[in-house]
Formats: sequence, structure tokens, C-alpha cells
Amino acid sequence: MITEYLFWFLAFVSVFGGVATILSRNPVHSVLYLILTFFAIAGHYLLLNAQFLAAVHVIVYAGAIMVLFLYVIMMLNLNRLDAEKRTLIGKVTSAVSAGLLLLVMVGVARGGSEAGEAPAESIDAGLVENLGQVLYRDFLLPFEMASVLFLGAMVGAVFLSKKELNS
Amino acid sequence: MDPIILYKIILAVVVFAVSLGVAAYMTWGERKLAAILQDRVGPDRAGPLGLLQPIADGLKMIFKEEFIPAQSNKWLFILGPSFFMLTACMTGAVVPWGSGLEIGGLYYPMQVTDINIGLLYLLGVVSIGVYGIMIGGWASNNKYAMLGALRASSQMISYEIAMGLSLIALVMTTGTLSLAEIARQQDEGLAYVVYQPLGFLIFLICAFAETNRAPFDLPESESELVGGFHTEYSSMKLGFFLFAEYINMFISSAVMATLYFGGYNFPFQHELGLEGNTLAIVQAVVLLLKIFIFIFIFMWVRWTLPRFRYDQLMNLGWKVLLPLALANIFITGLVMYFTGKLA
Amino acid sequence: MNTTAHLWDYLPILIMAIVALGFVITVMALTHAVGPRRKNAVKDDPFECGIPVQGNARTPFSIKYFLVAILFVLFDVEVIFMYPWAVNFRELGVFGLWEMFAFMGLMIIGLVYIIRRGALKWE
Repeated sequence: MITEYLFWFLAFVSVFGGVATILSRNPVHSVLYLILTFFAIAGHYLLLNAQFLAAVHVIVYAGAIMVLFLYVIMMLNLNRLDAEKRTLIGKVTSAVSAGLLLLVMVGVARGGSEAGEAPAESIDAGLVENLGQVLYRDFLLPFEMASVLFLGAMVGAVFLSKKELNS
Repeated sequence: MDPIILYKIILAVVVFAVSLGVAAYMTWGERKLAAILQDRVGPDRAGPLGLLQPIADGLKMIFKEEFIPAQSNKWLFILGPSFFMLTACMTGAVVPWGSGLEIGGLYYPMQVTDINIGLLYLLGVVSIGVYGIMIGGWASNNKYAMLGALRASSQMISYEIAMGLSLIALVMTTGTLSLAEIARQQDEGLAYVVYQPLGFLIFLICAFAETNRAPFDLPESESELVGGFHTEYSSMKLGFFLFAEYINMFISSAVMATLYFGGYNFPFQHELGLEGNTLAIVQAVVLLLKIFIFIFIFMWVRWTLPRFRYDQLMNLGWKVLLPLALANIFITGLVMYFTGKLA
Repeated sequence: MNTTAHLWDYLPILIMAIVALGFVITVMALTHAVGPRRKNAVKDDPFECGIPVQGNARTPFSIKYFLVAILFVLFDVEVIFMYPWAVNFRELGVFGLWEMFAFMGLMIIGLVYIIRRGALKWE
């Protein structure tokens, strides 16, 4: 009963945050609304009893990736809001690409609705202890591959900023 | 209303009030300690020994002019310190302040909540804390504030990694993320500082850096950046920034005492013949004493060591503490392997 | 049910947030109500040690801060990955130990690469 109210509340907050993110003029406001959305989604994870995911969502998404976003926005010297300066071609291309993305999303959502209920294996599957057991036994290879991916990302990041570092 | 919920509300208010009260008197303590170390008198006008000084300071902050620079983003300017204060107050929720009270046949643990991802909750709140400073510094539209915010945020994120890694070695020995369980384990065994001396040292240094305390106070280094990220702030908004620093210090001392120094437990506590409730209250007092020792160390260091240079700070975080924390995990793993602790 | 039992553990965090938020809002409103306000053009300028304001505060800054932020995101994710492992360390046994040594080995290679390329060098 109370979980249902909580669900609706969190759903409202996450949709509101998402809409406000794209409607805000000031990019810093957008980032803040996105953080709000992430918190609401972390709340959803808690409702599903996926505690570790909720914590990861707050630490990694809200706490790390959004800091990176804020850095980018602060770096881009945003004093005046130059949203008005876009050309017609720019508007058309962004509208078309966003429309295509929406099409894909709708397709996925419709396809997903036929999948039916997810098998409720165990209600505690999302707890850290159980997650660790699965992640480090059954999904060992993807886990180790992820570390290679991180290595690649580090090399990429250093490589991209190297030009600036040398000068 | 459910007595448990009522109790939780009361406890949340008490923990919040105690954090505020201790933080307020820490400002007095810091000034007195600085005075002693520098052979001065320190605050002595407001009340006996200057004990009313924090109240006078607080009132002054409230009655000061609320100044918002014309070129700043007004709402973000207000949001910055509010958010910083809010995150500072949230950490106290997972610290176990004592074993538990028994009132009217019901058992009430002296912890606002015992979630089984307690340590991750701590890391989460710490990682969110950066925003208060970043938003405040950026919204001020002032060069010093901007530079201070940049320094603060990149310092805090750099030390967060080493902090997270030092906790992993601890979790390997405890096998749980719940702070209440970690405190209980130290009642049965030794304090974890015995098993994790290096991990504790790394955590301590990171705690200094995360709270922006000297020698890591570059974000507000007066000689270079005037006031750093809070250059443009005045009245209670400045008060929140300064006050939250003391709350952070109090809470990180509580966390260090809980994780590494036995929490509310003290030696021979079961041999004293104390009853349940009395023991719980004594335990809370013992925890507070441990916290005060850490706070003293925080202050002692501030008035003893000079400030780091920025490159030294970054080198310490990335090239010293990060490899050391990884080495600590290696060592912990190998020691546990050779002592046959593994399944 | 078990789910709701876990959910109850998070209610006190909400209570804590409400208490703290209430305090912050009350004090902010109070200081807004009682403090004096006197504006003038010079006072509204950003503080720059008394000399006239030069240029803009929101200028682009060194890319190194940005690089530190990217590296932080990467290492943070790796650190988070290690928590479920650390909790299960005893149960996973020797196999888990080697598994994580491989993971940490790659992490150290990454760190050495970053340091060698001078990405963390501040003058």
C-alpha cells in the first residue's frame, strides 16, 4: 500500500526532473534537475530491494558523472545563453535525430511489454552479498572484461587531452 | 503512532541537535586551542571562559546583512550553502551511538538506522557533498570563488578514491557494510585499527582532505584566494559553509572511531557489572570521548602543519595514497589467505 | 514481506533529511527576514581586492581539472565494483583472491600509464 504511494511519488519526481532537465535554459539548472532524477531512480531501486544498485546510482551517477558534467558546463564559458543562435539546419537535424531516437524508444517499449513478468527468483537478489556471489562466480568473464574496458577508457581520456597537456 | 517510529523521529532530532551543538562548541574549542598553542588567551569575553561565544557568533550571523551579488545566479547562490549543510547533516544517520536501550519491554538500538549498505551510504553522501561547494562557487560569479570551487571539487574527488579503497580492505576483514555490525564485531574481537593500521592512516588523511581542513585547506587559502569558494558569501549562508565544515569533522571523527577504534565499545565493558540501559549510556559517552580525541587531532594538525602546494596535494592523493590503498588490499588479502581465514 | 521490511530501514533517513531540511529552510528564512539590506553599485560588484573588475569570472580553465574528473569517474566505478567482492571475500576463497588481483593488476597498469604520460603532473 505505502509502497504504491511511494512508487507514484518517485515516478512523478523522476518524470518531472527529466522534463525540467531538457526545458531549463540554464545548463547548470539542467544538471541539478538530472541529479534529482537520479535520486528518484535510486529510490525506485530501493523499492525493488536492489540496495547495491541504489547506492551505485547515487555514488557513480549522481556523485561522479554529474560532477564531470558540471565541469564541462563550467569550462564552456556560459555567460549569455546562446540557445537562440542556432541555425535552421541545426534545428531540423536535431529534431530529426531526436524523433528517430523516440521511435527506437517506443519500439523497445512496445517489444518489452510482451516479455511479461520478470522471473522473481529471490526477493533478496539485489542485496550486496547475493549480488557479489553471482557477479564473481557466474559473470566472471564480463567482470574482467570490464576492467579492460576501464583501461581503454583511461588511455582514451589521457590521449584526448594530451594535445592540451603538451602545449 | 508506532513507538518505534516515534523513537526514530526523536533519535533523528537528538542526533541532529547533538551534531549542531558539538559543532558549535568545536568553533569555541578550536579558537581556545589555537590560543593555547600560540600562547594567547583566546575568546574570554562572552560568558565565563568565553563559553557563550558560539551563541553570540550564531546570532551575529543571523542578524548580518544578507548580501547577494547582483551578477550572481540568485537561486543557485542560496542553494549552494543550503545543500552543503544538508549533506553534512545526513551522515549521522548511520553511526551507531551505543548498543541499545530497553524501554517498556521494547529494544531500541541507538542508531537512527541500520541499513546493510551503511558504508556505501557514507560514500554516497560524501560524493554528493561536492555539489554544495561547486554550485556556490560558480553561482558567485567571482574569480576567487570559481578557482576555490574548482580546487575544492577536484581535491575532494581525488581523495574519495583512496578513501573508498581504504574501506575495501576493512570490508574484507569485516565481511559486512553495516556499521552496527562492524561495531558489534569489535566488541567480540579487537579494534580494527590493529588489523588495518595502514587503512586507518589512509582514511584519516582522506578525512582531512574531504573536510577541507588544514593542511588541505587550499580551497579557501586566504593568502591566495581571499576566501575561496565563499568569498562572496555573508550572513548565515557563510555560516552554513563554515558550520558544515565542523559538522563534517565531527561526523568523520565518529566514523573513524566506529570503524577503526571499537565504536561505542570499551575494554572490560562487560566486567563492570553495568545493566543494559546504564551500559548503553556509558557507551555513548565513551564514543563521544573518542570523537573528541579525533577532533583534537584535527585541530592540533591545523595549527601545526603548513598548507600543501597544489601539485603536492594531487601527487599525495594519486601517486601515494592510491597505490598505498591498493597495496593495503593486496596485503590484507594475502595475510587472510595465509592465516587460513578464507573458505 | 521481506521487501517492505528492508524498506522500513530507509524511512529514518527520510526523517533525518526532513529534520535537516526544515532547519536549513527555517534559518535561511529567518536570516532573510531580520537582516538589513542596503544596495549600491560598487557593493554589487564581484570582489577583486578593491580594484575595478577585470574581465569575466567564468573563463575556461585548465583541461587538467577535467582530466582529473574523468579519471575520477573511471576509478570510482572500479572501486564500487570491488565492494560486493570485499563483502564476499571469505566465501569466494582463493579463487576470488586471484580474480581480484587480476582486476587490480589492470587498474595499476592504468594508473602507471596515466602517471607515465604526465596526465597528473601539475606545475
